[in-house]
Amino acid sequence: MSALAETSAPKAPRRITSWRLLLNNRLATAGLVLLGLVALMIVLVPILPLPDPDATAPADRLKPLLTAGHLLGTDQLGRDILSRLLWGTRVSVAVGFAATLIAAFVGSAIGIMAGYAGGRTDNAMMRGIDMLMAFPYILLALAIVAALGPGLMNALYAIAVVNIPFFARNVRGVTLGYVHREFVDAARLSGKGNLSIVLTEILPNVLPVIVITMSTTAGWMILETAGLSFLGLGAQPPQADLGSMLGEGRAQLFTAPHVSIVPGVMIFLIVISLNLLGDGIRDVLDPRLRSGALARPGPVTEVASGRAVPANAAAGAALSIVGLETGFRRGSEIVPAVRGVSLHVKPGECLGLIGESGSGKSVTALSIMGLVASPPGLIRNGAVYLGNEDVLAMPETRLIANRGSRVAYVFQDPLTTLHPMYPVGRQVEEAIAAHQSISAAACRERAVGLLNKVGIPEARERAKHYPHQLSGGQRQRVGIAMALANDPEVIIADEPTTALDVTVQARILELLRDLQRERGMALLFITHDFGVVSEICDRVAVMKDGEIVETGETREVLANPQHAYTKRLIACVPELGMGEHFLKGVAGLFPGRKEQPS
Amino acid sequence: MPAYIVKRLIAVVPVLFGLSIIVFLVMALIPGDTATAILGAYATPENVERINRDLGLDKPLVQQYLIWIGNVVHGDFGRSFALNRPVLDEVLERFQATLVLAGVSLVLCSVIGLLAGVVSAVRQFGWADRAITFFVLAGISMPSFWLGLLLIYLFAVHWRILPASGMYAVYGGGDLKDLLIHLILPATTLAVVAAGVIARLTRGAMLEVLRQDYVRTARAKGLPERRVIYCHAFRAALVSIIPVIGIQAGFVLGGAVYIETVFQWPGIGAMLVKAISTRDILLVQGGVLVVAASYVLFNLVADVLQSMLDPRIRT
Repeated sequence: MSALAETSAPKAPRRITSWRLLLNNRLATAGLVLLGLVALMIVLVPILPLPDPDATAPADRLKPLLTAGHLLGTDQLGRDILSRLLWGTRVSVAVGFAATLIAAFVGSAIGIMAGYAGGRTDNAMMRGIDMLMAFPYILLALAIVAALGPGLMNALYAIAVVNIPFFARNVRGVTLGYVHREFVDAARLSGKGNLSIVLTEILPNVLPVIVITMSTTAGWMILETAGLSFLGLGAQPPQADLGSMLGEGRAQLFTAPHVSIVPGVMIFLIVISLNLLGDGIRDVLDPRLRSGALARPGPVTEVASGRAVPANAAAGAALSIVGLETGFRRGSEIVPAVRGVSLHVKPGECLGLIGESGSGKSVTALSIMGLVASPPGLIRNGAVYLGNEDVLAMPETRLIANRGSRVAYVFQDPLTTLHPMYPVGRQVEEAIAAHQSISAAACRERAVGLLNKVGIPEARERAKHYPHQLSGGQRQRVGIAMALANDPEVIIADEPTTALDVTVQARILELLRDLQRERGMALLFITHDFGVVSEICDRVAVMKDGEIVETGETREVLANPQHAYTKRLIACVPELGMGEHFLKGVAGLFPGRKEQPS
Repeated sequence: MPAYIVKRLIAVVPVLFGLSIIVFLVMALIPGDTATAILGAYATPENVERINRDLGLDKPLVQQYLIWIGNVVHGDFGRSFALNRPVLDEVLERFQATLVLAGVSLVLCSVIGLLAGVVSAVRQFGWADRAITFFVLAGISMPSFWLGLLLIYLFAVHWRILPASGMYAVYGGGDLKDLLIHLILPATTLAVVAAGVIARLTRGAMLEVLRQDYVRTARAKGLPERRVIYCHAFRAALVSIIPVIGIQAGFVLGGAVYIETVFQWPGIGAMLVKAISTRDILLVQGGVLVVAASYVLFNLVADVLQSMLDPRIRT
């Protein structure tokens, strides 16, 4: 159905979609409109009925705003400010854009050459660029103007030169990414020359970066040109540009502030519209930002206000999930990830939740303590009972207080889940201190004790190390130590061994199993591996496409799987000597499955 | 750690030499005859020859550079002919005033920028975020010299509560309080753009970090949201923001050129502008080189700070 709709609708060319996206951005549109008005004005200046911008009239000097015949008043020589403003805008915009074009052309050429040539050429060119960037931004422009002498054209060159490095660096970075791609190799093999490859294969791909850099630097360049003119190093009298008008009007600041304020407003409007447009262009051309992917996840997953709250179906369980439905907002629709999952874990029991990646098992686990990133996550229906209390109905502070103290998590990849900038001991201490008010010294002792408990040798020394200094297995032991810190009733282990070597995996499983037995905790163990389930879990729930398709005692499910999907998952556990039969079994596992957001 | 600092210090040396070459070459670009440019109407053939000999301009370029850099290394930047005093004395005297202004500004823009960026990220899409985003956009779109004039008009002319120019009051004053009062307007003006840039990047970095797995871990441990934001997310975001603050030091040092001119601050920026219009080449050369070198050192400090924050960079 959806495939049919796709083929029948004619595909719009990319350019138009980009335009439409840009126009959807209200601020960018405002910038575009403002810029259009400025452009219209400077095109029309020669035919507008304006007085001569350079005609002085000493008798009419420093007339205020709204004087008859002088809408914006006159300056210290009696020249009409409106006329000078419009002519000056023409000059400033022209110089700014010329500088942008020169910087873009030269900088991109350097960047492409360096990236394409690579090796020593690249190194030498980039060292030179680094040198230019080692100057404070405007200082180099000053030095160049100092050498060439004041004047508008010299200011233009100076501004262009100091902006070349931005283009060169950005373009080189992107070019490097394309030089060794297959289509470039193919072009080379087909006998194209270097120039032809650069122009037809590389340039079209780096163009978006050039456009982004242009749109972000054009505003600066107009500001800096105005700045040099303001200092008297750009446009020379009597020629007006916005910066020199400001500079000349400065002496009258105390008596006639409008002479210098008005041109500044114009610069401000031009630059702000350029910046608005530039931000819009960047958002459109930078796909990472396009979907608004950088929304800030809140402290607690959003829970739909009108959700159905089913009663607790398993009294006496440590943790009981009933009718849980979690989805992700995408635009105005909600993509379901978990559809009506119910399960429970009794104290001292280990429940395995198994399914392929994307089946919704992690989302289920994270939903329990409201840890699904939201936006875009949303719990639409269902309840999570901890004892007899519904976690999803708790006020935020209470829910946070229960995290780690009653329900603790052990996550998958301990390299990304431990904070890279704190010693591991401190991270364990923090977990303790979050829920217990004990002295810092006692807290440190307890943390070392926990690290010892989870089998980290020389725990006191190790506690001072950072995560990147530990092995994968040791990092995961730290993760387990953090989870144990407050003797929780429930531990949720979300694929805790997936990122580890097989031998380490076995040790970690053993550790978890021993600790759980010793302390009588409930363990919800999430995995995609039936081999692991058979080792550690009392019961197992099989999950597929956001639903639980089968549940039961581990031994029974293994011996007599009911659901076809369960059978295929079990077939996935390799045994020594199976040979290629194993691969056949795996290949038949996923007939035409659809990608689901995890 | 000390090894890292030494390594960075050694890497600075070639950069400084590169800077000196660029500064030298730019000055060698001067179209026409430098002596004529300096002498103007007094350019008799004898005078031109004497100047050329004095400045060593009759020698090949490489030799000129070697002589110049040799002198520079020994602290001899030549004499400013307009001021008739050693370039180094003038530059160092002026540079102190610039350092006070730029230093205060840099602290100001870092504090404001970081704070605004964090608030903006934490209250994403809320009214505070919108207000901050608006002010940031306005701040980075504004010519700083124009903002300076506006502030002078409002605070010095209209309300008469702050001085319009200078570093100390002409009569009396000269103490720290006097300096601070004179600093308020120029330091604020100079900080606006950099604060905007830092706020923008902080917001982005915070949003990026708040999505990381270790922030989820911090939440799963039951840490209060405040602690998650400031101890975990901000700490990690800071690592990517500090180099940006280092770069902003360059914008602040460069922007000082405008601000010192607007507020008649007796710093190196105002000196450079004057030296350029009087074509006092040696003074420009020395001034640019000293400011650029100090910027390199600023960035070095930023690098070291970053490595202190992030244990992964140290090794």
